[in-house]
Amino acid sequence: MRITRRAEFSASHFCRRADWSDEQNRAVYGEAANPLGHGHNWVVEVTLEGEPDPVTGMVVDLKALKEILQREVVEPMDHRFLNHEVPPFDRVVPTAENVAREIWRRLEPRVNGPRRRLHAVRVYETEDYFVDCEGAPA
Amino acid sequence: MTVTRRYRFSASHRLHNPALSEEANRAVYGKCNNPLGHGHDYILEVSVRGPVDQETGRVLDPARLDRLVRDRVLAALDHRDLNAVMPDLRGAPPTSENLLALIWQRLEQGWPEAFTPDRRLLRLRLRETRRNSFEMMEEEQE
Repeated sequence: MRITRRAEFSASHFCRRADWSDEQNRAVYGEAANPLGHGHNWVVEVTLEGEPDPVTGMVVDLKALKEILQREVVEPMDHRFLNHEVPPFDRVVPTAENVAREIWRRLEPRVNGPRRRLHAVRVYETEDYFVDCEGAPA
Repeated sequence: MTVTRRYRFSASHRLHNPALSEEANRAVYGKCNNPLGHGHDYILEVSVRGPVDQETGRVLDPARLDRLVRDRVLAALDHRDLNAVMPDLRGAPPTSENLLALIWQRLEQGWPEAFTPDRRLLRLRLRETRRNSFEMMEEEQE
């Protein structure tokens, strides 16, 4: 059985590589390369897969999951400038793909258990653009 | 990693199969058989699976996907009468099922120009109304 919990945070970012010229960054990332940044209302959907506990009837205690999401994702990222304030995005370009991988890294060791494992992290950068990370990032 | 982008188009259609009688068409398609047709604001979700490029941190350039969808799909369908567009479907009625197959085929045709083979069209989802949506997966393709 799969269970999904949603969390939201608002944060600014820009997409550019320090080792590329302005022109290169502009060509690859378009408007998102503007070094002054821009913001999004990011939405994260975290899906766990597992068997319900025979006693509680739950795959995961949603309150505990909510707290993990709050501590690992929302508190450090909400109303922050990802590139300047949230490592590793001072070094890693905070594309939606990399944000999803980072959230996977932060959550996996904290949500996996004998009866369940992290199945997917979906990150909506906008309503019309989202990525699904399914499996540990390389 | 899978990237999904959402697009919108509005189009009219009438569900009617000329191979069936008027009565059978009404029985099969109900209101959707109204001779003057009706329209929807469709939402199309295009999902692409591939590795995250080491350099860019992205699976694909979204502008490239936008161009492909715009040129191959939206230009042909947005604000059109789908029954007139559907000659592509050789007379098959413009149900969302048939429409999805047409969209898949059109994207597939433009794919090699837009993306390397390790970026694969994984899934199309078409939302006809808030209550009806249709999905087609890569493994359904021959």
